[in-house]
Amino acid sequence: MSNRSEALTRTRVVPATPERDAPARRRGWLLPILSMPMLVLLGLPLLALLLRVDVAELGRNLASPTVLRALSLSLTTATAAALLALLLGTPLAYLLARRTFRGRRLVDTLVDLPMVLPPAVAGIALLLVFGRRGWLGAPLEAAGISIVFTPVAVVLAQLFVAAPFYIRSAAAGFAEIDGELEQAAALDGASDFDVFRHVTAALAWPAILGGIVMTWARALGEFGATIIFAGNFPGRTQTMPLAIYLGFERDLDLAVTLAFLLLAASFTVLLVVHWSLGRRP
Amino acid sequence: MAGTGILFGTCHARDTRPSTIAAAHRGGSGRFAAALRWLSVCVAFLLLTACTPPAQPGRPELVVFAAASLTDAFSEIGARFGEEHGATVTFNFAGSQTLAGQLTSGAPADVYASANARQMQAAIDAGRIEPADVRDFASNGLVIVIPRDNPASIGSPADLAAPDLKLVLADAAVPAGQYSLQFLDNASGDPAFPPGYGAAVLANVASYEENVRAVLAKVTLGEADAGIVYSSDVTGTQRDQVQLIAIPAAVNVVATYPIAPVADSAQLELARAFADFVVGPTGQAILEKYGFDHVQP
Repeated sequence: MSNRSEALTRTRVVPATPERDAPARRRGWLLPILSMPMLVLLGLPLLALLLRVDVAELGRNLASPTVLRALSLSLTTATAAALLALLLGTPLAYLLARRTFRGRRLVDTLVDLPMVLPPAVAGIALLLVFGRRGWLGAPLEAAGISIVFTPVAVVLAQLFVAAPFYIRSAAAGFAEIDGELEQAAALDGASDFDVFRHVTAALAWPAILGGIVMTWARALGEFGATIIFAGNFPGRTQTMPLAIYLGFERDLDLAVTLAFLLLAASFTVLLVVHWSLGRRP
Repeated sequence: MAGTGILFGTCHARDTRPSTIAAAHRGGSGRFAAALRWLSVCVAFLLLTACTPPAQPGRPELVVFAAASLTDAFSEIGARFGEEHGATVTFNFAGSQTLAGQLTSGAPADVYASANARQMQAAIDAGRIEPADVRDFASNGLVIVIPRDNPASIGSPADLAAPDLKLVLADAAVPAGQYSLQFLDNASGDPAFPPGYGAAVLANVASYEENVRAVLAKVTLGEADAGIVYSSDVTGTQRDQVQLIAIPAAVNVVATYPIAPVADSAQLELARAFADFVVGPTGQAILEKYGFDHVQP
């Protein structure tokens, strides 16, 4: 086990020969050495978690209803949040990439804000809007619809916190597409939607895919806004991060199992995306 | 590379102490893994010390791990103790489970004040606390808390079983949650409550919050029709924002808080002095002010 991990860490630090950037073909050791502290800080906690996992324990905990319910709720809500981000975020991303308008900086900042806000702030803010006495929550409650303490609240919290990752990535992708290509397609008689679908979106798909996966992964890890806005009820609003947090207080082994699962899922998805985008993982 | 030197220097210095941390980790995976664990503990330790505001020179710093429900009372006690003993008291307030988990993982601390005996026992089992040092210093009962305007018209504990009510409880992972469930259990067996009371109340639970303060916040905001918290949790301005409904003593669950110095504290004398101070007249007076009851020794 130790030898294998040692080998793993070694292959990680071997400098990859840059094939594309010929002028940067340099073999100095200073840069890799300087990179080590950050890499160690990023990798060590994850490695510690990995080594803490007991395989027998893992199998037993995997079958527990708490784990299964949290896992399926997390996967469904994160996927819903990612799809909603795609649906609602694409027009906004396209707007930011193609148009200049008054207040554009304000919109830009607004899109960035959820990424820097503490998620707890997001949770409180969402409560003030969608809560029972909130701006939208009160009329909804009167109509017999409540959002807080339901899976809808989980998705809303994830969407709020994670959608900016998609919007940023997609907007950058759209902005890179040459406007002349779009104009040429339009001249050939394509409708605006067709131009977007067959030219812009078709060319910007790596950015779209990359963004949507980042949003999915961030949604999967969402904790602070969820626990404040959606509460914690097994099978209804208790996602993996909530189960991990409460597991840490109740049963460390269960928490480690859940953390390992979440880590494995996130790692696999990110790796697949890095590969499919033709980047080095 | 200087940073690495410091890192290993720290590791070495800490390594010479007999440690409970290595024992707390289960399953050895060779020396490399052990070294890695040490390294991670050291990194965590470095980060922790780097993040702590520097104590005033010459003033010893006492790190107290205390249950979240003690936040207000202990902040005041800490200030008074600091004045009298010329020390800086730094608190880590969190759920007792979190604190016990941190202690088990080797977090440096001088005093541990838990909201229940079980989490104190966890710290004892991890070798961080001497059983003989543990003393009970306060107790606290459960109370039903409802929003000021009482939207669900709750007038007594029995009303918690009414259908279509939104109730929030603390999660069973935290003491308030365990005690809430125990209260429901007690009430279900009590002739003063309707049959099937506990099940009916549990069917109304909308959320199991991660701590009592969150339960209170959800009720204060009106998101929940009712919640169950410690009486000491409703302090200051919150008393004006909510109404309290007492739970009869016959079915109530009284929480007992134990305190003890951490056995491997570098300043055991001062840690003991702090525990004495909490149990002593000044500490007890402050605790009473914040809704805690005395414990019969």
